[in-house]
Formats: sequence, C-alpha cells, structure tokens
Amino acid sequence: MTTVDNGVNVQALLDAREALKGAPEAAQFTWKATAKWENGVHSTATIKNFFGLGAEQSHKQETVFTADHPEVFAAEDHGITPIEYLLVGLASCLTAGVASVAQNRGIQLRSVESTVEGNHDIRGILGADSDVRNGFNDVKVTFNIDADASKEEIEALVAQSQKRSAVYDALTNPTSVTVEVA
Amino acid sequence: MANSWRRERWDSLRLLTPNWLSRLPGQDYDGPDPDGYMTTGEVVDFIERFALASRAPVRTGTEVTSVRPADGGYHVATSQGDLLCRGLVLASGACNLPVVPELSAGVPAAVTQVTPLDYRGPGELPDGGVLVVGGSATGVQLAAELRRSGRPVTLALGEHVRLPRLYRKRDVLWWMDASGVWDQRYDEIDDLNRARRLPSPQLVGTPERSTLDLNALTELGVELVGRLAMVRDGVALFSGGLRNVCSLADLKMRRLLATFDEWARAGGREDEVGPPEEFPPTVVPAAPRLSLDLRRGEIGSIVWATGYRPDYRWLDVPVLDEKGRLRHEGGVVDAPGLVALGLPMLRRRRSTFINGIEDDARAVIDHLVR
Repeated sequence: MTTVDNGVNVQALLDAREALKGAPEAAQFTWKATAKWENGVHSTATIKNFFGLGAEQSHKQETVFTADHPEVFAAEDHGITPIEYLLVGLASCLTAGVASVAQNRGIQLRSVESTVEGNHDIRGILGADSDVRNGFNDVKVTFNIDADASKEEIEALVAQSQKRSAVYDALTNPTSVTVEVA
Repeated sequence: MANSWRRERWDSLRLLTPNWLSRLPGQDYDGPDPDGYMTTGEVVDFIERFALASRAPVRTGTEVTSVRPADGGYHVATSQGDLLCRGLVLASGACNLPVVPELSAGVPAAVTQVTPLDYRGPGELPDGGVLVVGGSATGVQLAAELRRSGRPVTLALGEHVRLPRLYRKRDVLWWMDASGVWDQRYDEIDDLNRARRLPSPQLVGTPERSTLDLNALTELGVELVGRLAMVRDGVALFSGGLRNVCSLADLKMRRLLATFDEWARAGGREDEVGPPEEFPPTVVPAAPRLSLDLRRGEIGSIVWATGYRPDYRWLDVPVLDEKGRLRHEGGVVDAPGLVALGLPMLRRRRSTFINGIEDDARAVIDHLVR
C-alpha cells in the first residue's frame, strides 16, 4: 500500500478531537482582527493574535489586509472589496477541508482548484431598492479536483468538507453580531 | 400494555417494517399481507398476542414512579405498590419525550406549536400553512399528510437519511436484513455515538409501498427549506446549506444501495431481485427560501418533528452521562443487575426494530443470570 500524503497531520487532529471531548473550555477560541481607516473607503486590517487552548496565541507573523472598492465604485482600488474577503475565506476553508478529509480517507490529491462566485445585487447597499438585500444573493463554488479516487468519492469529499467548514457554516447560517462603540 | 402505540402516536402511523419482518420470539406474522405494514392498532394486537402466548406476568395499568438502588438490587416504586428486585431491564424505549429546540421560545404566540406526541391528524391544527421542522420519517410523513389535507406546507430540514421504499423490487428493509447491514454490531462501528444518533430514514409504510423521499414531497407541493437556524424578531431563518445536506443524503443512499448490489452479486442472489435501479438526485429549489415571517398569519402552526428522547426522570441510579443519555456497553449498564433493551444501535443496527429484540434480549439476559 502506498502512503497517502496531502500534507495534513490528520492524526494530530484526531488526537485533538479526543482530547477536547473532555475539555470543552480549552476548545473555546476567539479569532481577532483589528482594522484602521486609511482614507475614503480604503482600510487596513491586521491579524496577529488569537485566543485558544486556554491561552493567548500568535501567528508566526502578522498579516495586513488591504480593503478598498474598485474604480467602478469611484474608489482608488488599493485592495479587494470587503465582501471578496468572504470568498477568500470560503474558498480556503473548503479547500483545507477537502485536503483533510482526503487525507483521513486515504485519497491522494494531485490538484485541487476552485472558483468561487458571489452574486451580488448592489442596489441593496446603494439603497436603490429596499427589497434587495445588502449581501450576496447566492454563492457558487466549482471545484476541479484531480485525485486517485472515483467521481463519487470526490463528490463525497467536497460534501464532507462543506459539512465541517467553519466559513461555510458562518455564511449559510445566521450569526448574532454585536457592534459597539468603545 | 403497548401504551405508547395506543396513546402516543398519530392516527395514520404504520410501522416502517413490513409485516413478515415484524416478529417476536416464537411469533412470526401469519396474516394475509406479509408485505404490508401494521397500523398502530395492529401493533397493539400483535404485542397483546405475544403477552398472552408468553404468559409473562405483566402488571398492566401500573406506572413506575421511581427506581433506586436497594440492598442487593433495586427498589421499584409503582402506582400499585412497591417491588424489590435483583435484576432490572430498562425497556422503556427511546421515544418518550419530544425534543423541541430552544429557539421555539422565539415563535410568536399566535402560532400553534405541536410535537408528534400531541399530533393526531391534520384536522386538529388551526387553519393556514404549516411549518414542519425535521426531515426524519416523522417529519416527511407529517409533511405529506398535511399537504394532502390541502394546507401549504414548508419542510425545514438538515441532515437526513434518504431511502427508497423498494429497491430492485424488494423492500429496502429486506435488503438491510438479508445483506447483513442490520447485523452490524455496536462494537464494529467506527463512530458509535453518531450511529446511535442517526435520524430515522425517510420511509413510510403504506399499502402502495410508495417511496416518500424529498422528491416525492416536492411533487406533492411541499416547499423545502434548509435547517431552521434561528427565530429572530418573529422571523424564522433557515440555513443556506440545503443543497449540501441533500447531496450528502444522495451520496450515502447510493453507497448503501451499491453495497446491496455487491452483496447480491457476490452471494449469487441476483435471481431473487429485480434489475439494478438508479434514483434521480434530490431536486433542490434553485433559490430555497431563507426566511419565513411567522407574524404575518401565513403560518398557523409549527410541527416539531425534531426527535425524541427517553424519559429517565424516574430512574434514581447514577447511570446517565452529562447529556442525559444512558451509559451502557451493548445494553449492559454500569450498575449491578441493570440492563437496557430497545435503544438505537444497542447491540446491532436492528436493535430498535421489533425483530431486533430477540438476539439483544438473549445477550443481556445471559449477562444478568451470570
């Protein structure tokens, strides 16, 4: 039997699942971004620290994200629009899921590519029609996967990755959001 | 005797198991319709016949109010006096109380809420549309019945188990039984916790032996929506993940049917069954509804088909886990002389079906007398 290696340490994840079953408090994580207005609709958001396993944690390095609007929105386009960050999050979360599930199921991946499209009626955010929502009308993800597996096994990988995806859940289910002025 | 079948089930309910497969030790079905499905009244008769034949000393009309440890056994308080015993079999079932999600508290007061334990038939619900929450056997059966009564019906569902009633001209439960799927033991299953929490399959027992999957419901005019995620300001919000739960159910069904095909091929049983069949994927609406205003009067009632749980309030023995579930190993409870029967996947996949009791009972009784 050849060894399947998608670069995911599934054993560590399975061990963590067992360990956290009896320690729900350690499983409580808080992810954190700080954002700063630059000018116009241009802002930068920085991510470095988070909380989890009962302690403050840090990424190896700080990452700065630039957000802006495109020129067709009469902006300077220093970076992608905030709603495009949702597509980034969804694509990377589902891709990570595909790799993890494939590793766990003993499926060797050769390539995993996806296109994520969010359909957006901008009359909502412009206040042009009160019946149109602000967010996406719908989101479509198309995967192209080359792997040592049948079409059905690949479909099952993609289905399972949605089932265990944090971002998929956050986008498909309502979440309580509190915004305060400190 | 057979109290839950007499008083706690809706009028149209029939067993999911065909008659020929509904057997108790020494009592096989001997009526005229082996491929049919018993009504609740027929189940009551079936159990009464067994009681008569087995001559077990049943005390009818007696409610157990508490069970607590006593010297060398258990003290059982009942509405007809107290008992002492050395061994005790918990056979009170898995479906004593309805499970209703906490978010039901946000449903406007004008909307009537019922559980399958109160529901008898469509005539008892107020006028207007019905939101059925839950896609197990109960949810799909009640959604179909309510829709046929002429009401607008919306069915909210998350992960579910799709099955055809017949596969290759045989009842799907014939396949479960014959191919050995139902004999899979609790100690051979990868994720036992998950297997024990599996919702009942989307099946119904009807004289027509028809399939009641989501496509059949869509054809009846039932509107499918995602899992009910929240009620906010009187508005029900549904998950946008309906398509994936339907894909998962389609994939799992096809995988199960493929194991049946493989079993028939390997065992030379092809002649006993019809040709292989394929079922179309579940048709999901192009843009499933994400919210439903419960304040507008469009929805008159909600049916919570969101599962059942056992009632152990009378059990004063520390054998429940932090989620209130009975801790047991194949029916052997972690207390001397205490065993359980009739719970999901107790010892085998067939444990909750009437014909599953015989082997399970032998095993736990062997343990008791040892």
